[in-house]
Amino acid sequence: METFQLVSPEGVLADDPAAADVDGDLCRGLYRDMVLARRLDAEAYSLQRQGELGLWLQSWGQEAAQVGSIRAIRDTDWVFPSYRDHAAAMCRGIGPEELLAQWRGVRQSGWDPARHRFHLYTLVLAAQLPHAVGYAMGVQRDGADEVVMTYFGDGSSSEGEANEAFNWAVTMAAPVLFFCQNNGWAISTPTSAQYGAPLHRRAAGFGLATQLVDGNDVLAVRAATARAAAAVRAGEGPALIEAVTYRMAGHSTSDDPTRYRSGAELDHWATLDPLERLRRLLDDRGWATPGFVEELETEATELAAEVRRVCRAMPDPDADAMFAHTLAVETRSQAAERAGYAAYTASFVD
Amino acid sequence: MLTLSQAINRALRHGLESDPKVLVMGQDVGRSGGVFRVTDGLQKDFGADRVVDTPLAEAGIVGTAIGLAMRGYRPVCEIQFDGFVYPAFNQITSQLAKLHARSGGRITVPVVVRIPVSGGIGAVEHHSESNEAYFAHTAGLRVMVAATPQDGHWMLRQAIESDDPVIFFEPKCRYWSKGEVAETADDPLVLPAEVARTVRPGTDVTLLTWGSMVETCLAAAAAADGEGRSLEVVDLRSLSPIDTDALVAAVARTGRAVVVHEAPTFGGLGSEVAAMLSERCFTSLESPVLRVGGFNVPYPAARLEGHYRPDLDRVLDAVDRVLAW
Ligand SMILES: Cc1ncc(C[n+]2csc(CCOP(=O)(O)OP(=O)(O)O)c2C)c(N)n1
Repeated sequence: METFQLVSPEGVLADDPAAADVDGDLCRGLYRDMVLARRLDAEAYSLQRQGELGLWLQSWGQEAAQVGSIRAIRDTDWVFPSYRDHAAAMCRGIGPEELLAQWRGVRQSGWDPARHRFHLYTLVLAAQLPHAVGYAMGVQRDGADEVVMTYFGDGSSSEGEANEAFNWAVTMAAPVLFFCQNNGWAISTPTSAQYGAPLHRRAAGFGLATQLVDGNDVLAVRAATARAAAAVRAGEGPALIEAVTYRMAGHSTSDDPTRYRSGAELDHWATLDPLERLRRLLDDRGWATPGFVEELETEATELAAEVRRVCRAMPDPDADAMFAHTLAVETRSQAAERAGYAAYTASFVD
Repeated sequence: MLTLSQAINRALRHGLESDPKVLVMGQDVGRSGGVFRVTDGLQKDFGADRVVDTPLAEAGIVGTAIGLAMRGYRPVCEIQFDGFVYPAFNQITSQLAKLHARSGGRITVPVVVRIPVSGGIGAVEHHSESNEAYFAHTAGLRVMVAATPQDGHWMLRQAIESDDPVIFFEPKCRYWSKGEVAETADDPLVLPAEVARTVRPGTDVTLLTWGSMVETCLAAAAAADGEGRSLEVVDLRSLSPIDTDALVAAVARTGRAVVVHEAPTFGGLGSEVAAMLSERCFTSLESPVLRVGGFNVPYPAARLEGHYRPDLDRVLDAVDRVLAW
């Protein structure tokens, strides 16, 4: 299968019907999303280095895959993310405090999934895929005009649950769109050691309508996702997109990627940077007006300051928070345990 | 002196060197040496056939290890974190644990499943669970916890040599702590895997513990010492089987026992220990056996783990209560 691309690394837009609606407004909007996401990501990384966050998993390099896909579906569609999908989360209006809380360790999750139609991050790999399929089965039964999109990584596709979800979705004709960000690596395991046949081929074998797309080309990702979402919405069955991109940073702030991958590979992917690519197109077409560029720089600087401020301002939770919401209705024994611990901690005061 | 992670690394190295059938397999165990660097350098020295970076699938890791074991190999699997063992739960509880019995003893499955366990490192969710009770509850598995570099080395060697499947827990907050490791198998420091170890003798109360809590109990005993209370600390080491005779003997001497573990007390192994002691030491007990452990809630966000995990104060609070009985 050929990799679908609309903008070459040099920033040249292909003469393709899929690019018919590309204009300055669209490109500026996508560029803004990506710039802000990268800024938040970089800021969160330094906050982790300063000890303000326990851990951070960078989205650096994967902005086009996330922004292009989430901007191609409707606000009424649902998303089941993985854990490095910060750019997508921001497009759904999830703010810095909500995004950072989990990584600062003050809560187990940051946002109200229903409000953003963006579910919680799932750290147990591939577990969100059957959730997305089941959610889509519900959508199907409700007769709702909604598509469910779920993000996952190349590594996660090896889990049994991923493959169960692919098969299930096709069997049930569930309105679900699987979106794989193939960023080349699962911690230290390269995609070449993860599976023998490329994911898009495996997916086709399951009966999923499949596309392979240049994940660093935001316009191609957007067009491919729009196409897939329209087909899913029209009841043509579930689809899978494999977006080829690259994890520019280590797996997480605990990881040292120099142990397992070469600087040359990183340099190569740096030349394919999704932001620079779109910027070249913007410049070429004269769409990056000075006003736009300046405003965006100001906006990014303000965002960075806000990220730092809200992160440091998050207070440590009270011990009592640990006992909340274990069950919908607290049992008597749990209430007793909670009260017992409160009395115990109170015995230390004075 | 070695750290726990170095001691485990040496045990794996010894296994790979001394038996060509020993394999190490798991996610990221090869080139990167594992997320805790426990398998550092092993693939370089023994090759990718013996130190195998696997696809990202826990059921596959344990399932294929079972197949390899049936074929005469001795796989040592690594699960990256405690909370990620559950995709392999079916293979462990229904297959690994039962094949020997189901085959009337014809099949042995000498598989070791190493699991970094428990909290205390400020991790995100699913990275800090103490899930030993699930496995100890399953007949057909041996369950061990290495609290010290000595056990990280020698008990793991015993696990690799065992013809039974072993779930081998490594308290991750102890990976970087150093300790003495015996050089040779005849060193008196080298205990059989099934034996509980008295880490600190004492006469007033026996603290029964394992894994991440051994150090906490030792600190509590040291603090109590200053107040004229003599606490004995026993590290169970093996959680299935449990060295019940040693526990009974200890508690018969002191008459008071507190079980301390990081897992929730509700349905935790401390309940098994307490019940066993009440059955076997009823007449020598001066007070009920108390349990100190995690609460009946999911392991909390990192900034709350100090409340969730038993600490010196909570251990001493229970000691006060058994003494006041
Ligand atoms: C079930 C499970 N096993 C292991 C892990 C540990 N782990 C976290 S991320 C990761 C690699 C994931 O790779 P991929 O799915 O390609 O996503 P990426 O991190 O590259 O975005 C691993 C092995 C986990 N989180 N869940």
